[in-house]
Amino acid sequence: MKKFLFGLGMTAIVIVWLIAWTALPWFAVLVLAVLLALWLLFARGGQRTLSVTRVGLSTLAQRLGSTAVIVIGIAGVVAVLVALLAMGEGLSATLRQTGSDDTAIVLRGGSGVESNSVLTRDEIDAIEGAPGIAHDAQGKPVASAELVVVANVPKKSDPNNDTNVSIRGVGDEAWTVRPNVKIVAGRKFAPGLRELDVGASAQKQFAGLDIGNHLKLGGQEWTVVGVFASGDSYESELWGEAKSVASAYRRGSSAESVIARLTSPSAFDQLKAALTSDPRLKVDVSTTQEYFSKQSEGLSKVIRIVGITIGIIMAIGAIFGALNTMYAAVSARTREIATLRAIGFRGVPVVVSVLLETMLLALLGGIIGAAIVWLLFNGYTASTLGSNFSQVVFQFQVTPTLLWTGIKWALAIGFVGGLFPAMRAARLPVTTALREQ
Amino acid sequence: MKYFHLIWAALFRRKTRTVFTLISIIAAFLLFGLLNAVRVAFTSGSETLSGNERLVVASRFSIMTGLPQSLQARIAAIPGVQGVGHENWFGGVYQDPKNFVFSFAVDQAYLDVSPDIVLTPEQRKAFVDTRDGALVGEALAARFHWKVGDKIPLQSQIFPQKSGDKTWPFEIVGIFRTTKDAPDGRDQMFFLNWKYFDEANMYSQHSVGWYVVKVADPKDADKVANAIDALSANSDHETKTQTANAFNASFAKQIGNIGLIVEAIMAAVFFTLILLTGNTMAQAVRERIPELAVLKTLGFSNRSVLALVLAEATVLLLLGGVIGMAIASVLAPALTKGSGGMIRLPPIGVGNWIEGLVLMIVIGVVVGVLPALRGMRLKIVDALAGR
Repeated sequence: MKKFLFGLGMTAIVIVWLIAWTALPWFAVLVLAVLLALWLLFARGGQRTLSVTRVGLSTLAQRLGSTAVIVIGIAGVVAVLVALLAMGEGLSATLRQTGSDDTAIVLRGGSGVESNSVLTRDEIDAIEGAPGIAHDAQGKPVASAELVVVANVPKKSDPNNDTNVSIRGVGDEAWTVRPNVKIVAGRKFAPGLRELDVGASAQKQFAGLDIGNHLKLGGQEWTVVGVFASGDSYESELWGEAKSVASAYRRGSSAESVIARLTSPSAFDQLKAALTSDPRLKVDVSTTQEYFSKQSEGLSKVIRIVGITIGIIMAIGAIFGALNTMYAAVSARTREIATLRAIGFRGVPVVVSVLLETMLLALLGGIIGAAIVWLLFNGYTASTLGSNFSQVVFQFQVTPTLLWTGIKWALAIGFVGGLFPAMRAARLPVTTALREQ
Repeated sequence: MKYFHLIWAALFRRKTRTVFTLISIIAAFLLFGLLNAVRVAFTSGSETLSGNERLVVASRFSIMTGLPQSLQARIAAIPGVQGVGHENWFGGVYQDPKNFVFSFAVDQAYLDVSPDIVLTPEQRKAFVDTRDGALVGEALAARFHWKVGDKIPLQSQIFPQKSGDKTWPFEIVGIFRTTKDAPDGRDQMFFLNWKYFDEANMYSQHSVGWYVVKVADPKDADKVANAIDALSANSDHETKTQTANAFNASFAKQIGNIGLIVEAIMAAVFFTLILLTGNTMAQAVRERIPELAVLKTLGFSNRSVLALVLAEATVLLLLGGVIGMAIASVLAPALTKGSGGMIRLPPIGVGNWIEGLVLMIVIGVVVGVLPALRGMRLKIVDALAGR
């Protein structure tokens, strides 16, 4: 009964500790680490702990195999967790950067994404005349009516398999609405010709998009004449002149969306009010920031949930691996620990030293795992089916925050895996332990 | 088999250690169960027998470009073609944009080329005769508590009616079952009459999204596909014809290389697992060297000691693995149900169990072989003397 209550109490402590640990910001962890170091160096109990820990660490080399279980097990958990989170982070960062709060996107009401929307010429004129939209030096509204169609282009990694790639038909305004889009190679497409500029990510991810290459779109030959870079999801697209794209896909003078630069972020409400009250129009207006962050929401949430679920299951495996190793380590040192207790060492240095040893190994594992992911996956290019029913190219982003998350997980696993063996070591009855073989 | 109790006793000689190792193995195979089903579904799992005798004819330019309806009669005239139906993506949502409904406008012939949809003749007739009639899959009907006779509104995210209204009224005239070998998700689908769709929608162009063709003999599939593509070569509506299996597979690939991601995760999991159980087995044998020596003294041959230790490792893996996969097979449907369709984990089939069992045995042998060799080679005199 007593044993059971003790176990129950320990489990409760572990759970409370884990909850507190996940909520702990990095500077609090730093403070804890500094306090621990000071205690180890200057307090009497701390100095004893340090010397017991040293003895423990010096025997590590003799049990390399079982030590490796802790290090590699935890490295595996951290690597998988951080890699999956970096994938979700990369996707949502790409889409988040695409939007800004001083540009607005107008779509037909209820369509949700560009590819579902249609706006007629009259509607486009009405939208571009609305208040709140900035005007250029010539007094023309800075608004771009754009056409989005989809073409089949294979990926470089799998040339036999067509994927959907967005073709955006744009006019000159598209470049003024998005000043961050720059031509980095070749030139802009010429009006009236079947010419395309390709996004830098698209060029890397899909086959046959080098300058000078020909591409078949809507049954006609098109030529790639330039590459543009923007650092966001537009880089996954191919841009051509709106009229040429419209004629190739027989779209007439309609467009899918209007993207407009606002006079200021606060002008959005004015624009929205004007458009929703206009009886000629039935449209949805949102800032591009809102529009693009909503697109990544669903998928990055799924990736996050999947990543954390897999992480938790793997962590359970790693915790029990660590428990096994540390119980074995403690039982191998039973007589030594009992001797320490017999000559007057209290329980605390013993408990802390075992914990410290496990957490140091865990830290090593966490660093190895995080480093592997950082080396292999930071900037790794992937693509998935985005909400325009076409490919969005993004890069895995192994951010410092994610690396820190990985290290925190490693230390948590080390703590749980070390705590129970540490308690066993401290509670060994000295007399029987000394007699043990 | 007669040594089973010996293996079992050796396994649980140190209960805590074995139980801890078992939990690690359970965790590994729980992940294997959940992830491998996903991997299979994304790589080969969408393949069905009927998928090889059905062809999908879509525009060569992109799946979102329509094809003229006049092509139907010309495809039907090609020798080796048994039937031609067509589908249009409707993009429906029910009440809320979150309630996405996989809805398609189809013609009557589509039902003939879809042997995986099971309908009574009455329901079929009702669908053909009712202009705004709709057929819904069993799972979809259960999700929204629809019954035959219900009148329901569906909003299309793409197509408004001629009046500009995006809400389309439908009457449910049939709820269909799907056959066992139907592709995953078929029972979530919603079918409406193409005629109604084509006449009432604002952008009516008499165009169809893609054709589904049933060939008389799957062996002729390639020949028929080439003949269909030849019909529209160099026109403004060139087609690309694939088997339904290839079409589904290329679609899954667009979402991303899920197979590769899952394989990488599993490699990390099993590498760790081998290390972990290998360490446990090494410890177990090291402790028991005197006992193994006693066994040898009693007349156990070197080979049977080897077999005993190998069997012990394999039993450990099988025990943990089977428990892990059993948990996975209970958990997968529960997760699918609990997430309300957001996460859809395929059920864990026989193929998965076989792959899992093979893995358990292989890993068991791998982690057991070094300790087993050690047990086999030990010299009785040295071992008994504790040297």
